[in-house]
Amino acid sequence: MKKTIGLMAFSLVLSATVAGGAFAPAFAQGSHLRIGLAEDPDVLDPSLARTYVGRIVFASICDKLFDIDEKLAIVPQLALSHETSADGKTVTIKLRPGVKFHDGEAFDATAAKYSLDRHLTIKGSFRKPELGSVNTVDVVDPMTIRLNLKEPFSPLLAQLTDRAGMMMSPKAAEAAGDKFGLKPICAGPFKFVERVQQDRIVVEKFADYWNKDNVFIDKITYLPIVDGTVRLANLRSGGLDLIERVLATDIKTVRDNPKLKLISAVELGYQGITMNLANGAKANTPFAKDARVRRAFELSIDREALNQVVFNGEFVPGNQWISPQNFYYQQAFPIPKRDVAKAKALLKEAGVTGPVTLDFMVPNGAETKAVAEVIQSMAAEAGFDLKIRVTEFATSLKQAEDGDFQLYLIGWSGRSDPDGNSYSFQTCGSPQNNSKYCDKDVDAAHQEARSKSDPAERKKAYERVAAKFLPEGSILYIYHRRVLVALTDKVEGYKQIPDGLVRVVGVKLK
Amino acid sequence: MLAFLAQRLLQIIPTLILVSMLIFGLQQLLPGDPALIMAGEERDPKVLEEIREQYRLNEPIPVQYFYWMKGVLSGNLGESMRLKSSVASLVAEKLPVTLQLAAMALLIAIGIGIPAGIVSAVKKDTAWDYGANLFALWGLSTPNFWLGILMIFLFSVTLGWLPASGYVRLGENWQASLATTIMPAFVLGNALAAVLMRHTRSAMMQAMGADYVRTARAKGLHEGRVVLKHALRNAMTPVITLLALDFGTLLSGAVLTEQIFTIPGFGKLIVDSVFNRDYAVVQGVVLVTATVYISLNLLADIAYVLVNPRLRG
Repeated sequence: MKKTIGLMAFSLVLSATVAGGAFAPAFAQGSHLRIGLAEDPDVLDPSLARTYVGRIVFASICDKLFDIDEKLAIVPQLALSHETSADGKTVTIKLRPGVKFHDGEAFDATAAKYSLDRHLTIKGSFRKPELGSVNTVDVVDPMTIRLNLKEPFSPLLAQLTDRAGMMMSPKAAEAAGDKFGLKPICAGPFKFVERVQQDRIVVEKFADYWNKDNVFIDKITYLPIVDGTVRLANLRSGGLDLIERVLATDIKTVRDNPKLKLISAVELGYQGITMNLANGAKANTPFAKDARVRRAFELSIDREALNQVVFNGEFVPGNQWISPQNFYYQQAFPIPKRDVAKAKALLKEAGVTGPVTLDFMVPNGAETKAVAEVIQSMAAEAGFDLKIRVTEFATSLKQAEDGDFQLYLIGWSGRSDPDGNSYSFQTCGSPQNNSKYCDKDVDAAHQEARSKSDPAERKKAYERVAAKFLPEGSILYIYHRRVLVALTDKVEGYKQIPDGLVRVVGVKLK
Repeated sequence: MLAFLAQRLLQIIPTLILVSMLIFGLQQLLPGDPALIMAGEERDPKVLEEIREQYRLNEPIPVQYFYWMKGVLSGNLGESMRLKSSVASLVAEKLPVTLQLAAMALLIAIGIGIPAGIVSAVKKDTAWDYGANLFALWGLSTPNFWLGILMIFLFSVTLGWLPASGYVRLGENWQASLATTIMPAFVLGNALAAVLMRHTRSAMMQAMGADYVRTARAKGLHEGRVVLKHALRNAMTPVITLLALDFGTLLSGAVLTEQIFTIPGFGKLIVDSVFNRDYAVVQGVVLVTATVYISLNLLADIAYVLVNPRLRG
């Protein structure tokens, strides 16, 4: 009996190996694109979703009113054009005619109003704060809507290039309620077919897509593979055609492989250290109270050396909430050079003696730990004793909110408008302002940037923010990562937009 | 036998209640705020409050427990905060995956471990014995994640025989299904085989020295028959216990292995849910796993009684 079982097991191994060998080529198919994701997306409901990885899947199933291009310019998608009134309080949007949802329903002003109203009202909607400036939505004519704002808000269009601008079939959304995300019906180039949690999401080409002539892929399977090494192994073995978030340490492997291509763009967000200035007992230090001590800390760090040591020089050092390539980057405030002597002099001037001990909370991860250790050793030379405390991510969020940190290594995935990278972190009482930094001038400059629509005028307002926030504020910006996407040589026509999303319109498979 | 069964079944109820309380209580000790982690980057106080209200996160823990238990007793395991799908449907989706992987791993473990244990005991202190022991040591000391990654590099990247990861359902395409699960099953089975080999070896050695084996040999029975029919049968009792426990452990999900091979089973679900503080899913999965585990133990007990009538008492 036992012998039989043993034999069975052996034959199972053998047959599966043979079957696998014969089977492997069947994984590759003509116009079936297989994309490896770094995480499993959350619910696929444009109103209720909140993960970055979810946006990658949405890019193929849910079109938005507007989109961004490679230069971060806002371009129409389901909209045709827009016009903001002179007082900045109404935005009129003309919609693209001839657009259909995946269930065959027509996209028009009523559907657009329905989608925006749903974002604003459904319980637990994460779009409410994004569309917070919108008071009401009017249907002007069958193909025109008007957004009436509470006050002028220039980042609004940028919000409509993301989930807040995604349009949903009213019929399907009404029927499904808060379960819409289990089978989303939108107006994107691909329609949802099936999802097996943590395993795959399958979408197929939508025959009635408004821009169908530029869609050359028949089917996409998204496969969440958390381990970066395994994700790359799948790409190398032919199990995948494209992977997102290649590890910086794997860049060389990809470049050395003639069958693979690496495409990159500087991220929209930033990586930095949040310094606790006024949140609870841990802010009761000279470091929090005296900007000179914080300035000394900044001068102890060599951003370029950090980039070289941890990321082989692949990333981009930075000192602002947007990268040096961005239009809104303030050239008047360049990245400070490392100056240990000056740092020590500043500490002396501030009357600080002995090492400045700081509790440094670092979310768990190989890269974050390496960054923290390099900063720790650099800062030590100037007289800072950083106590690295590696903390599980969910726990770190709570502790940051509770003020249980002095330094917190945390980044931001980034938004196309500079407001999305700064307002919620820098203004008094804002939700992401874990440091409880508060300055009336910074707030006023932010409000001005929000109310102006001319980019040059907005840039001037942000200059005032930079002048105050960079030397005294609560975030030390350190570097900007690169969005790294690797693909096989079978994939053609792929373009990377800095938001890191994978857009499949125009992509071909050889 | 019936009285024995009834007694065992009655013992299950308080155990399950205790387990449910433990799961509920322990995960409340986890630091972090489920609403905050759910919100991720979109942290707006009003939206956070709505989420806390919707999932009763503001209520005292006993009240939350009461509502959860009420749901469980009426067959509703709750809803995933992160995915909006019902926990029961998640469990139903993952259980066949985990069952398949566990069964394959167990078959591989039995196929390797038991013959190796027998050979090692029968050929004690020979090259066979040393070889088997070396194998066991290797199996026990090789970390799953390392072996997994090595296998991916060998069989997928270099040889191109097997898909590197992912999962295909048995009903969808059985060949592809076996191709996607054979490597993780081997990684899991390999470690188990080592333990199984050690247990089989010691039990067999004990049995081989027993009087009835000497008697059997004295009767002139063929050595193969002595080993397989007389010694092995008696040596199997501790091995059955071990198998039942191991199968239970496999069912609760092979966390690392599932993560590496991206097998969407219980292990991966539970890890993701813990990291996302998706309490309802953690509770549901642990409860189901505990029930299966307890049932397997019951089955093992029944198996003993069948093998050894003296236990019927």
